[in-house]
Amino acid sequence: MAMEMRLPVARKPLSESLGRETKKHLVVPGDTITTDTGFMRGHGTYMGEEKLIASVAGSVERVNKLVCVKALKTRYHGEVGDIVVGRITERRRSAKDELAMRGFLQEGDLISAEVQAVFSDGAVSLHTRSLKYGKLGQGVLVQVSPSLVKRQKTHFHDLPCGASVILGNNGFIWIYPTPEHKEEDAGGFTANLEPVSLADREVISRLRNCIISLATQRMLLYDTSILYCYEASLPHQIKDILKPEIMEEIVMETRQRLLEQEG
Amino acid sequence: MAFVALSEAEKVYIVHGVQEDLRMDGRGCEDYRCVEVETDVVSNTSGSARVKLGHTDILVGVKAEMGTPKLEKPNEGYLEFFVDCSANAAPEFEGRGGDDLGTEIANTLYRIFNNKSSVDLKSLCINPREHCWILYVDVLLLECGGNLFDAISIAVKAALFNTRIPRVRVLEDEEGLKDIELSDDPYDCIQLSVENVPCIVTLCKIGYRHVVDATLQEEACSLASLLVSVTSKGVVTCMRKAGKGSLDPESIFEMMETSKRVGKVLHTSLQSVLHKEESLGPKRQKVGFLG
Repeated sequence: MAMEMRLPVARKPLSESLGRETKKHLVVPGDTITTDTGFMRGHGTYMGEEKLIASVAGSVERVNKLVCVKALKTRYHGEVGDIVVGRITERRRSAKDELAMRGFLQEGDLISAEVQAVFSDGAVSLHTRSLKYGKLGQGVLVQVSPSLVKRQKTHFHDLPCGASVILGNNGFIWIYPTPEHKEEDAGGFTANLEPVSLADREVISRLRNCIISLATQRMLLYDTSILYCYEASLPHQIKDILKPEIMEEIVMETRQRLLEQEG
Repeated sequence: MAFVALSEAEKVYIVHGVQEDLRMDGRGCEDYRCVEVETDVVSNTSGSARVKLGHTDILVGVKAEMGTPKLEKPNEGYLEFFVDCSANAAPEFEGRGGDDLGTEIANTLYRIFNNKSSVDLKSLCINPREHCWILYVDVLLLECGGNLFDAISIAVKAALFNTRIPRVRVLEDEEGLKDIELSDDPYDCIQLSVENVPCIVTLCKIGYRHVVDATLQEEACSLASLLVSVTSKGVVTCMRKAGKGSLDPESIFEMMETSKRVGKVLHTSLQSVLHKEESLGPKRQKVGFLG
């Protein structure tokens, strides 16, 4: 049995540990970004009294003439075409709904779906009109901030380490064992309740801890970063990954590998 | 406890994982999550401690006040527990929602301390039948991430370790009137011995096995759990079954043996961390809440 108790350690500011010379321009709502009126204003900014003012808390990004503020922590904003993973919390209690949905979806079930339309108040309507969407079976759900999920072409990944992930744009990440038969994707409406093998479980637990480490260190989540983090974590035991010093070490290694790959 | 919704398939996954001794975060059935303990975080208390166990965050403050002893125990002081489930911890604790859980935890704390040896109550007596020290232990639940009772008992033990009670002297003059004199030096205090203060080990029955330090998801899959209060020597002071499921007497026996084993390791780790913190002296860097 393992038991570890320790004294808390103050968090180091991230820029210090990265050794970055140029510090990010951080703003809070109400801060003036610039008094230069030549810029076009993007998300997270508004014009007031001839100044560009931030409306969210985050870092300023400048692309040529466009200035926007990328929020560090946001609620999810739906866009048409986004893949989301969601949990059913409430159902319509009408006879018609019961007949249509009986036996398929219960409250508490997890589904993967695509955003069909966005209403003006921010609510989204979802559809599961493809066999790759639908009820999710056995696996592990990890909830992170939506701002950490990178927008990519596809959000369904079969990782070479032996498990699959669905990176929902809303920050819900679903890790599940790769189904053996290729026709039977994560969707459909009948869940497979056979016990998952121990080897698959180890991969899934390791991936879960890696994703949590990346999210804690505010790294963008996409298939490559998750994979590099998984490989960096292999020398350590699965339960040790969540220890603060090992988490930092693994994420540092991942960051370096990603920088090398870009440069 | 805070309620987390899970689908049937997720529950099945968790239950099968526990049978194979591999939980969602890679721990075995008898492994605890990493615990962070810090004492002396609240300056206007006699003693305080903050414990973080995964996502569970507990703050305990102890205040020593003078009062009259209880009628049936005139030579002893006593402890009073109060638990506040902050609305920050879970949405269902808003308003009076957290009161039920708070009284349940406070009653459990009263029970585990309700014996002669946990805390030396005689040392809290100043004048028999007239004056004694009353220790008001206030527990604040900041965040709920599963395994509340264990974290709270660890925090209470750490706060009692950190408690400093001012040393008082009783002076008797010729007419027999007693006067209480407080020492001039503010650091002249007595420390409580927390050798026999018990800690709670919660064991949740999931499938055929039981797990220690369950997360919220694991608690949602468990129908019955056993709360065992263990001292550092492995002595069980009290036991309580929670949950609507039933437990086989054999399982109860196995769970008790596990709790004794786990409890001893818990106490040794806590003692070593508390002594390490004390050895850093008053000049240590305090992390507090903004670290």
